Amino acid sequence: MATSPTPAAERENYLNTEYGIRSWLLTTDHKRIALLYLLLITFFFFIGGFFALLIRLELLTPAGDLVQADTYNKLFTMHGQVMVFFFLIPAIPAVLGNFLIPIMIGAKDLAFPRINLFSWYLLVIGGLLMMYTILTGGADTGWTFYPPFSTAFAKSQVVTAALAIFVAGFSSILTGLNFIVTIHRMRAPGMTWSRLPLFVWANYATSIIQVLGTPVLAITLMLVALDRLFAFGIFDPQRGGDPLLFQHLFWFYSHPAVYIMILPGMGVVSEVVSCFSRKRIFGYKFMALALIAIAVLGFLVWAHHMFVAGISLYAALVFSLLSYLVAVPSAIKVFNWTATMYKGSISYATPMLYAFGFIGLFTMGGLTGLFLAALGVDVHVTDTYFVIAHFHYIMVGGMVMAYIGGLHFWWPKISGRMYPEAWGKLAALIIFVGFNLTFFPQFVLGYLGMPRRYWQYSPEFQVLNVLSTAGATILAVGYVLPMVYFLWSMRYGKVADENPWGAAGLEWMTASPPPTFNFDETPVVTWEAYDYANLKEVPVEP
Amino acid sequence: MFQTFPLWPERASTTAGGVDALFIFLLTLCGLMAIMIFIMILVFAAKYRRSRGREAEQIEGSNALELTWSGVPLVIFMGIFVWGAAIYFKERTPPQDSAEIYTVAKQWMWKFQHMEGQREINELHVPIGRDVKMIMTSQDVIHSFYVPAFRIKQDVLPGRYTVAWFRATKAGRYHLFCAEYCGTSHSGMIGDVVVMQPAQYEQWLSGGPAAPLAQTGKQLFLSLGCSTCHRFDVQGRGPNLMNAYNRPVLLDDGRTITADENYLRESILTPAVKVVSGFKPIMPIFQGIISEEQLNALVAYIKSLNQSPEGTAGTRNTPTGSPTGQPQMMQVQ
Ligand SMILES: [Cu+2]
Ligand SMILES: [Cu+2]
Repeated sequence: MATSPTPAAERENYLNTEYGIRSWLLTTDHKRIALLYLLLITFFFFIGGFFALLIRLELLTPAGDLVQADTYNKLFTMHGQVMVFFFLIPAIPAVLGNFLIPIMIGAKDLAFPRINLFSWYLLVIGGLLMMYTILTGGADTGWTFYPPFSTAFAKSQVVTAALAIFVAGFSSILTGLNFIVTIHRMRAPGMTWSRLPLFVWANYATSIIQVLGTPVLAITLMLVALDRLFAFGIFDPQRGGDPLLFQHLFWFYSHPAVYIMILPGMGVVSEVVSCFSRKRIFGYKFMALALIAIAVLGFLVWAHHMFVAGISLYAALVFSLLSYLVAVPSAIKVFNWTATMYKGSISYATPMLYAFGFIGLFTMGGLTGLFLAALGVDVHVTDTYFVIAHFHYIMVGGMVMAYIGGLHFWWPKISGRMYPEAWGKLAALIIFVGFNLTFFPQFVLGYLGMPRRYWQYSPEFQVLNVLSTAGATILAVGYVLPMVYFLWSMRYGKVADENPWGAAGLEWMTASPPPTFNFDETPVVTWEAYDYANLKEVPVEP
Repeated sequence: MFQTFPLWPERASTTAGGVDALFIFLLTLCGLMAIMIFIMILVFAAKYRRSRGREAEQIEGSNALELTWSGVPLVIFMGIFVWGAAIYFKERTPPQDSAEIYTVAKQWMWKFQHMEGQREINELHVPIGRDVKMIMTSQDVIHSFYVPAFRIKQDVLPGRYTVAWFRATKAGRYHLFCAEYCGTSHSGMIGDVVVMQPAQYEQWLSGGPAAPLAQTGKQLFLSLGCSTCHRFDVQGRGPNLMNAYNRPVLLDDGRTITADENYLRESILTPAVKVVSGFKPIMPIFQGIISEEQLNALVAYIKSLNQSPEGTAGTRNTPTGSPTGQPQMMQVQ
């Protein structure tokens, strides 16, 4: 083990080169921008989480008693909009991706540092518009904006909500573009495509979707605004428009958006599983290929959200078939993570606990996707709590687990300090238990037939709803804990050396926290990814 | 206790058993797959726990394994696809001789028009053992007709008809939910489907004074002046509607389409969009002039003209083959 590390304060690094609010708000350092994103999306995570808690509290009893029906409708709408567009989509790419991609490929920064800062400001502007929307009453269309309700009937802040998401979308497009160019053009000598960490591959695949898919969402939301403000009638049957056209356009983006939210999480888990098994990832090439396959196939399955919407029978058959194809690369990933652990040297450090959680919950989410892709079953469970449970297993069980696990894994690199390990494990456990208690009963509710977006419900659904609400309160505790001890650790945490986990990857070969330009000298890569065979052994348990 | 805390929904239609069978199959299959993966993870985590003196064994990967665990799932997935598709195909294909019930959804209620003339709100009476075809449209936003006990759901859209069908198997009162978010009282847009023994149902039917739906349609046909152009005796200025339903029509732009319910509907509301070849676009627009319920009555009347010139307009919606022996087109929308 290295000699006791130099305290971060004594070395120049990206955190202490400059102080003052200006040095942050005008920074072009990808690492500082990553922290700006971290602040912004953490704020929105707790806003969205607060709405979720109110939703769960309302559903404690069958009667609509805590809030008014309209308020409830606004709560689930804003919960969805905030969580999807201001937390899940930017979470891993804009925070961890921003921080890590340049370091992982041996670059000084992203290809377009100022565009990177601009992307953050776009998300700030989008976020301000979202806050304006919320504070002036919010929208009540559901995050899905289905017309003609959204265009001709809703009496709420639909246009500003759409505008907020429109602006946030450009942040996402520019980030994706920046990543693609960076990964193509900025790799250090010897860092070939086949040596890229899977985290980089995952963000590359994600970026493709962000660049190709998000403009379609922008167009669609603009059409909603035009329909609403000037009665263009594009989606209005009264004027010869077609509401199903909206659904096609919306899901053309929003299905791939699911992969924007999950692929980067898969990247994180690949890094973590490999590190804490001290093994090269099993089937590296297939893992990289599977990421790209998901990104591409993900564009061909959108209408599986519309099996009962009134599309033709034959279209439904095609989209069901294609949905099963996209399940194959997801299965490949789960099997390869599991195989990576085989004959490994497995540590139960906090990030690995999150990776276990991710694999388990993602597997559940993925397998229940098979139910939804089966046409005959989907007719019964679509638009019920079954779907709610399914996508929360993917997005919260999968993505949020990966994100928090990734934060723990790279926290020493980001902050130069270790988080408290025992608290880390406790929080991981609480989140896992709370999550399952919240969302597992919803699968049962869904099959029983409880529709989503119901403010009041039939009394026979109450027991399961009470369980779910109980789980949500546990989950809330689990999410607050890491925030508290991360903050605590910035001052009191044990000082981290450059590679506390004994992990492979260029990010672990530079100081913690890294200097402004990441490396003192541009590294020359002569080894394969996950070169654990040639790394020194690490302590038995952290 | 169990009554107030069910874990499985009631099964009250011919569709429900098939859906449940596939669902149970998937539960078993996916349950096994999940347990297999979880056990492997737990076993590896325990067995290969980090310890001094033992190092990880580096394994590059295995093409054979990769092909196996993509190939085997793919084959299984294709099997599930076919099974799911078979159920769906049935769900989307109403039997030819189904009884028809017209449905108008609006914020926030369900309105039903029986062929026999009965009208109901938020309550739907149907007999056991008869195929029932719901011909549905919305007056405002998108709603969704969902009866969990029947395992059927179909979105109801403004500006067109969508169709669902079922055959009830068990008497009782079942939830009817609106499953597509439709605004303030979305969760209040609920009702009951009352499944009755055929004899009781007959009794229920005979309770009302109402005129049959097609009869209402015929009166509208006369009072709105449709009959001046659409004549049955001589060639009028509009097409002869006798036996027009579900037949191919040549349009003036050269296309041939089927005169299904959606075409009849569209041709009444906005006649100029798809004009029959050889006719002038002179028919007035009825969009905004007649209600959805009146429109349903007109469509029901025009459809009834397929049976015999005048007589059956107003009889019960009983099974009839198509007179020319031509197969009826499947209703897809
Ligand atoms: Cu999807
Ligand atoms: Cu509704």
